[in-house]
Amino acid sequence: MSNLIKFKIDGVECMTERGKYIVEAALENGVYIPTLCNMPGVKPKGSCRICTVKINGRLMTSCTTPVADGMEVESNSPEISDLRKSIIELLFVSGNHFCPSCEKSGNCELQALAYLYQMLVPRYPYEFPLREVDASSPYIIKDQNRCILCKRCIKTIKDEQGRSVFAFRDRGHRLEVVMDKELSHEMTPELAELAMKNCPVGSILVKEKGFIEPIGQRKFDKNAIGSDVKL
Amino acid sequence: MSKPVIATTSLAGCFGCHMSILDIDERILQLIELVEFNKSPVDDIKTFTKPVDIGIIEGGCCNSENVEVLKSFRKNCKILISLGECAIMGGLPALRNGIPIEECLQEAYLDGPTVQLNKLGIMPNDDELPMLLDKVYPCHEIVKIDYFLPGCPPRADLIWDALVALITGDPLKLPYEVVKFD
Repeated sequence: MSNLIKFKIDGVECMTERGKYIVEAALENGVYIPTLCNMPGVKPKGSCRICTVKINGRLMTSCTTPVADGMEVESNSPEISDLRKSIIELLFVSGNHFCPSCEKSGNCELQALAYLYQMLVPRYPYEFPLREVDASSPYIIKDQNRCILCKRCIKTIKDEQGRSVFAFRDRGHRLEVVMDKELSHEMTPELAELAMKNCPVGSILVKEKGFIEPIGQRKFDKNAIGSDVKL
Repeated sequence: MSKPVIATTSLAGCFGCHMSILDIDERILQLIELVEFNKSPVDDIKTFTKPVDIGIIEGGCCNSENVEVLKSFRKNCKILISLGECAIMGGLPALRNGIPIEECLQEAYLDGPTVQLNKLGIMPNDDELPMLLDKVYPCHEIVKIDYFLPGCPPRADLIWDALVALITGDPLKLPYEVVKFD
């Protein structure tokens, strides 16, 4: 049996190896499906739901669903786009996302997705929760106002012994990603940079580096997120 | 047909959005051909003197006066536009949301590192002064807003294109570069 299978995204014929997740397979075929919690090299968990697609009339997260032979995926329809937009809006109102004063503005994936789906105003009321900023580490700032609990930092930022610098604390609506006091004091500058890079929003910032790249010349200032995905 | 009438105001904003209106440069000559201004800081008309077609709101609502002005705009304008991040989501003034008013005032007038001249420890408390609200509200949480133009400030091209589209009835195109939140 051949290892290659055929499937369709929005009616376009695609081909991939058996066992690949839809998000990866779509990328290979030049189709961008947005992700926030998922990133290459990390085991997918389908928590942010932004990669939701429709398969056989059901909504599925494409980062956790492997492609099946003959599968027909609906990704760019008005219904799915509005659903993704509503997720972005929920993320915007449930934290404190002040883009004009954020060091990550222009490099922020959440903001870039809001641009992509042309969010002009969220349909939900703003929550304005009271959140803390932890600047105790000499290298990084952890701003809880902007955290979207994607878990990327928990999964990817580890010291030489494999210990995570970040971890979840508390549960339910009090859940937050916090830094380990000791490990965040012993971080290498490279690890701090990686933490800032992997954070999809401006929740992890390297100290004194926030505005090295001026606003207006940043990644998503001129080009939409996913616009570099081509065959 | 008479020209469409425009009114503008700045609530809890920094006048940056109005600066961005002026940033349409020489197109302002075209604008005064197209529209007539009523109550606005642009022409310094203080009160509505006729029904207005398009009301442009900069800034969110941080005190009772903002709410009153916003409500009078809703009453006198057919279409209301929230211009800029502060009108849309409270913006930087909304950084105080979540902090009790008393603590904010204490920091601003008594304990702040730059407070030096207030030796008697006086807090502003006069009937003439508008009351601060418990938090800064986006305009659409107070009255119905018809259109939203984000940005800090919104790009001049966005303001121009949106106004022209509204006046001429042509569909509004939103190129990627003009819709930004910063």
